[in-house]
Amino acid sequence: MGTLSKKATCNTHGQDSSYFLGWEEYEKNPYDEFKNPDGIIQMGLAENQLSFDLIESWLAKNPEAANFEREGQSIFRELALFQDYHGLPSFKNAMADFMSENRGNRVCFDPRKLVLTAGATSANETLMFCLADPGDAFLLPTPYYPGFDRDLKWRTGVEIVPIQCTSANGFRITKSALEEAYKQALKLNLKVKGVLITNPSNPLGTTITRTELNRLLDFVSRKNLHLISDEIYSGTVFTSPSFISVMEVLKEKKLENSDVSKRVHIVYSLSKDLGLPGFRVGVIYSNDIVVSAATKMSSFGLISSQTQYLLSALLSDKNFTKNYLKENQTRLKNRHNKLVSGLEDVGIECLRSNAGLFCWVDMRHLLSSNTFEAEIELWKKIVYEVKLNVSPGSSCHCNEPGWFRVCFANMSEETLNVALNRLKMFIDGPSSTTRSQSEHQRLKSLRKMRVSNWVFRLSFQDREPEER
Amino acid sequence: MSADKNLLSKLAVGDKHGEDSPYFDGWKAYDNNPFHPEHNPQGVIQMGLAENQLCSDLIKEWIKANPQASICTAEGIDGFSDIAVFQDYHGLKQFRQAIAAFMERARGGRAKFEEERVVMSGGATGANETLMFCLADRGDAFLVPTPYYAAFDRDLSWRTGVRLIPVECNSSNNFQVTKQALESAYLNAQETGIKIKGLILANPSNPLGTSLNKETLQTLMDFINDKQIHLVCDEIYAATVFAEPGFISVAEMIQEMDHVNRDLIHIVYSLSKDMGLPGFRVGVVYSYNDTVVTCARRMSSFGLVSSQTQSFLAAMLSDQVFVDNFLKEVSKRVAKRHLVFTEGLKEMGVSCLRSNAGLFVLMDLRQMLRDQTFESEMSLWRIIINKVKINISPGSSFHCSEPGWFRVCFANMDEDTLQIALQRMKNFVVRDKENKNCNNKKRKSFQENLKLSFSSKMYDDHVRSPRLMSPHSPLVRT
Repeated sequence: MGTLSKKATCNTHGQDSSYFLGWEEYEKNPYDEFKNPDGIIQMGLAENQLSFDLIESWLAKNPEAANFEREGQSIFRELALFQDYHGLPSFKNAMADFMSENRGNRVCFDPRKLVLTAGATSANETLMFCLADPGDAFLLPTPYYPGFDRDLKWRTGVEIVPIQCTSANGFRITKSALEEAYKQALKLNLKVKGVLITNPSNPLGTTITRTELNRLLDFVSRKNLHLISDEIYSGTVFTSPSFISVMEVLKEKKLENSDVSKRVHIVYSLSKDLGLPGFRVGVIYSNDIVVSAATKMSSFGLISSQTQYLLSALLSDKNFTKNYLKENQTRLKNRHNKLVSGLEDVGIECLRSNAGLFCWVDMRHLLSSNTFEAEIELWKKIVYEVKLNVSPGSSCHCNEPGWFRVCFANMSEETLNVALNRLKMFIDGPSSTTRSQSEHQRLKSLRKMRVSNWVFRLSFQDREPEER
Repeated sequence: MSADKNLLSKLAVGDKHGEDSPYFDGWKAYDNNPFHPEHNPQGVIQMGLAENQLCSDLIKEWIKANPQASICTAEGIDGFSDIAVFQDYHGLKQFRQAIAAFMERARGGRAKFEEERVVMSGGATGANETLMFCLADRGDAFLVPTPYYAAFDRDLSWRTGVRLIPVECNSSNNFQVTKQALESAYLNAQETGIKIKGLILANPSNPLGTSLNKETLQTLMDFINDKQIHLVCDEIYAATVFAEPGFISVAEMIQEMDHVNRDLIHIVYSLSKDMGLPGFRVGVVYSYNDTVVTCARRMSSFGLVSSQTQSFLAAMLSDQVFVDNFLKEVSKRVAKRHLVFTEGLKEMGVSCLRSNAGLFVLMDLRQMLRDQTFESEMSLWRIIINKVKINISPGSSFHCSEPGWFRVCFANMDEDTLQIALQRMKNFVVRDKENKNCNNKKRKSFQENLKLSFSSKMYDDHVRSPRLMSPHSPLVRT
């Protein structure tokens, strides 16, 4: 008696993981250009801080939206009272249009199939509540966003079974990996309800290929499963190949009204594309019963009406959205390239990526041994000695040690330079006594070889790769 | 379609969200034919919605005078980017401080609140559900005095799997919860193997509109302390108290009753009623238990308050002059509305439960029931919606144990509309009295001839299966 629930006393919230511990270290000693130049630079936070000026200048030109006004009349009272879980119609229309625009208008989203939620965090949890009972499982390709352990499992009682992806083929989702994961779930006596993918991927920063999407649709079709596509990074694709949503593939295959299409659900948010995580704007795009149930559940996390109103005005301005998407992508591309080349200069490669706010960095050659212990050892060095908070691959459930997610869009260019310099000091500098000149040369030629292998593999990416 | 249903969760295909209940028919009638003074003067007047529309002018005035409070205006835009990225589930410090200060002022400064214990949630809806997730496992139970807020069934039980055990209160003592009723409910639950984790109630009460006196609060706290179970107090109507005994928060009681285990005490709060800002989704979990604070804070990720809203409210609620004046006005305006409405009803011979808080009254229409059954209550209710054209809430939707009580909201409309509603009620009451004076036969025929604008199926269901209309015992339902 007087005891708390199991949820309160267990650690399924996942916040004891290293992903969050790095955050804590950063909180204790955060970098500031002037006040704390020796502090830890936060590179573990996938935020988009590159394009605020575009939104701020829109606000300056549109004072009505800012002042709770519409056509000169105050709508404050209307907004203050508006708590209808169906959401502000103008906002839903604007979101549906924005999502369509993000996909080059190759698909058209229907606002009636949208459910508004307090961020993608809430959207993903709500979908679990709607699609699975406690003890059921969802398959997720690894590596995946560490927050999924909390969002999908904690209060819902749903399990995650990993679909193991490896660097051997650029972490692509293979048919055998899908089948293996399904078998594994059965072995664990878990009923599989579906597959959840993040496209573009966090932490890989790559868009999922048409081949993989077809593969996934075949798989969920055969096994009668759901497919959730978390497309929160869809607007961050900055270079080819372009983003292909699962909705497009359904359209191409003329499956829009099929059984399988009723089991395909999209999650979206404005936290990454627009850089507005504080505003808690998430959506679920789905069908019938799920929309109905999820809408009711959204009562537990509705979007503030003043935020809905502001964003409906912002997103309805097509000039703004068109320009924003293009400019944002250019800035992301430049930043990405800067990080990649800075890392290359010190012999560190990244998985080739075309999206996201981070790079998937290969530091396997810096490990003392090919183990996760060595990965954590290296991670601690990076956090405490190099003073960079990055996310170790193990926190993303990567099955190969040595990979790290490094974010590049949540800081100024100057700060990125400082970070790269620190890394250079660590790798090349006097403190790295194990790094001799010849070792450095060896790494350089190894890198050249890897790059050419990668190019070789890329040209075959649309063919079924050799299975493990 | 049935194949599809098997692929979804039990939650998604079940009806434990409670929205299929006949209670919502009143809303549907209103939605189909909403009153408007110019465009639709014969429409249904909404008196089923506990909203506070009495003080928005004060907030509007403040907004005009403080453009810097918004991150979107020229005066406030410098703060835009920092606020837009802020998603820390601790919430903005200045927001937490402002909320703690506001909660203190709303209790006349008689209790202090620590900003580190202020945890955000998606409205009180989110706060109540979160506390259940923290305090109870699936299958555990919470005691709740009847009558209680209809949506507790969804908020506390739906996704959490927590059961609600009613503690019956009745009009013989103005629905006050007694030690006997608590002990009896607790014992019954124990005997049937149900694990009670706590007691939850709203103070001031919805739908009663009454606040707890000191004695009752002591009883409650001694009870939960004796059993070492949790006490969750939903104080969402705190600032609407306008008469004796004033509002006594459990936060004040804790200061006096220091033998009570603080780890058992939790408060839910929100700005939806006191400030009339339900659209802004500001809920608060305030727990005296450190583990619960930590857990609830992690769970708040699923329903954080928009940083734009946090920032705006931090500015407004830090303005002490504004807050003190606002709180004074809320109480004053609610009192006035309450008086106008209850006096108006009194004039036509309709009495209400004596109340000192809330945005509604509990109207006593027991005399107007054909017989003292919930069937009659529903029958009368349908007449009021369809003939009198007022949407009010029947006591059965609040799990009231006695038929004939109806909750009527008075703060979600202007004064003119309120007068129109009173007039309609008067016409109805007068006619009903007249009819009562005729013989039974004539009265029966009058009622049968009333045009009911519901689909005939619903009416037939009601007639054919009267048991549907009696309140379901949560014990049976869950």
